[in-house]
Amino acid sequence: MTDETVSVPPSEGRKPDLPPPMSVSGPWAWMRENLFSSPLNIALTILSLLLLYLIIPPLVAWATTLATWVFPTEVIVGDRSPRSSDCPDGACWLFVRARIGQFLFGFYPEPERWRVILSFVLGAIGIYGLLGGPARFRKYAAIFFFVVFPIVSFWLLRGGLGLMSVPTEQWGGFMLTLVIALVGIVLSLPFGILLALGRRSNLPVVHLLCVIFIEFVRGVPLITVIFMANIMLPLFLPPDMQVNVLLRVLVGTTAFVSAYMAEVIRGGLQAIPKGQFEGAMALGLGYWGVMRLVILPQALRISIPSIVNTFIGFFKDTTLVSMVGLYDFLNMVKTGFKDANWVGVEITGFAFCAAVYWVCCFSMSRYSMHLERKLHTGHKR
Amino acid sequence: MTPPTHAKSARELEIGTDVMVELSGVNKWYGQFHVLKDIDLTVYRGERIVVCGPSGSGKSTMIRCINRLEEHQRGKIVVDGVELSHDLKHIEYVRREVGMVFQHFNLFPHLTVLENLTLAPIWVRKMPKKEADAAAMHYLERVRIPEQAHKYPGQLSGGQQQRVAIARSLCMNPKVMLFDEPTSALDPEMIKEVLEVMIELAQSGMTMLCVTHEMGFARTVANRVIFMDFGEIIEQNTPEEFFNNPKSDRTKLFLSQILHH
Ligand SMILES: Nc1ncnc2c1ncn2[C@@H]1O[C@H](COP(=O)(O)OP(=O)(O)OP(=O)(O)O)[C@@H](O)[C@H]1O
Ligand SMILES: [Mg+2]
Repeated sequence: MTDETVSVPPSEGRKPDLPPPMSVSGPWAWMRENLFSSPLNIALTILSLLLLYLIIPPLVAWATTLATWVFPTEVIVGDRSPRSSDCPDGACWLFVRARIGQFLFGFYPEPERWRVILSFVLGAIGIYGLLGGPARFRKYAAIFFFVVFPIVSFWLLRGGLGLMSVPTEQWGGFMLTLVIALVGIVLSLPFGILLALGRRSNLPVVHLLCVIFIEFVRGVPLITVIFMANIMLPLFLPPDMQVNVLLRVLVGTTAFVSAYMAEVIRGGLQAIPKGQFEGAMALGLGYWGVMRLVILPQALRISIPSIVNTFIGFFKDTTLVSMVGLYDFLNMVKTGFKDANWVGVEITGFAFCAAVYWVCCFSMSRYSMHLERKLHTGHKR
Repeated sequence: MTPPTHAKSARELEIGTDVMVELSGVNKWYGQFHVLKDIDLTVYRGERIVVCGPSGSGKSTMIRCINRLEEHQRGKIVVDGVELSHDLKHIEYVRREVGMVFQHFNLFPHLTVLENLTLAPIWVRKMPKKEADAAAMHYLERVRIPEQAHKYPGQLSGGQQQRVAIARSLCMNPKVMLFDEPTSALDPEMIKEVLEVMIELAQSGMTMLCVTHEMGFARTVANRVIFMDFGEIIEQNTPEEFFNNPKSDRTKLFLSQILHH
């Protein structure tokens, strides 16, 4: 049918196709149109450029040229330890260099730190296989990431069975932040899906339980959830059962993200037209088949921006675990400020923290955009 | 393509004596609203039934009760010897054996055409993927769009999408096909391509129940036309009798509206 319309000869009074005028594309045209289109626009452009000029160069200079990068010779030869007075001006990267081990691994014993690195490398491989790698390996990547990796990495991190035992009290720094974030992110998806489906269920008991859980957890600040998990969880368990603080915190944080995730996914489910359910049911698929094969893939796809938004928010919120005495990345950096050798390095420390969090969150954001583009399959009806 | 003259032969198609679908005394309410009133209908194997009637008369509701997309509250619906009740096993059996084509196609936009077709055979019939792919290609050829197999539904025209939807139902090898206004969301030039596919399907001996206002289609392939109004079956007859010699006044009024607008 389309062939016919294309093959109509242009002689029948049709005007020839012309290329678009040159000036509508190219950087100059773009600037003229967007930056200098009116007197007000010109004024705003100049003002913004001025503001950027006042802020950016000093900031860059502070972080690079004015900053101190290398230790003085006395420190290198080992006469004394470094201190903040070694940094005359600008950012004191010496502080970060001197303490990077603690920032990354907390109090994890130095000779054992390869175990942390190894387990995160395994995790990174798993994530790559799951999200970026070739499709035919995806099944194995999923088994590896969701079954093998948690067991192996727990063994690597915690020790035992031939490895030196490292109790979780010694975990800290960026590693602890990643552990809390990864557990929350990975578990919140399945829990969130189940809670969202439960909330939409026709079974009154299931529906009610899910509503209560979601509304309760979501209506309470994360810090309260963490405190409650820390204090109340032991009350529900037999008194002789010792539950580790980290585990309690993980239960609290995971419950928290799951409740948010449930609402995000429910929003996605609601956007799926009724016809999709009917089309799938009419083919003989049962409830779980309809959900797994037809509804959830579409609902999750339209929820990607909100899902990643929730992950990013949660990743930053993991810093709240410092309130129950855990030394996450931010808390570890702040602990460094208390050292008498390092007075006045707060700005550097916080800048470093901000940069690390920003890189993590920005990567998640970029990845979600990439995923959205990849999963786009033409126009919706 | 089959010229319409060929289609005449569909009229002489054999109709079995075994009952495929039987509705007896079916009643349904939406809240206080009585949509279906004492519907009695027996469909024999190989029958091609066209259901028509004014908007809101309950045509869609009746046809959707047959595969339990809607639940009836009183009466009995038996499909291929299986009674529809709250028993999930029965419902799933009936849905496997009954194909349905919707007004708005309801294709799955996240799957390619081929994946749309093989989804149910693989997951419901447990067919090996190779076999399901081959069957899907066979049906795509039957609806004359094998070249679209790897596109997504969003990239096809309405007529093509509806033909994919028909092929998707056929892949489950259904014993009965239900159509709910399959052409009323389509532009005129696409209606023809969909009707041609439906006519061929009728000629192949498929048991069909179609809600449609395509009276040309009813004349060519239907062996029975049913007229519904206010939730009742007012009249049913062969197309000749129905169009040339309608009995009730409501049928006459409806026909005059639909044929002379
Ligand atoms: N889910 C529902 N809840 C309440 N009323 C409904 C529902 N679905 C349909 N109805 C009503 O039931 C009546 C019959 O609807 P139905 O869709 O079966 O009509 P129809 O004959 O298919 O009409 P059309 O030709 O417009 O498709 C209509 O009056 C409609 O408003
Ligand atoms: Mg209808």
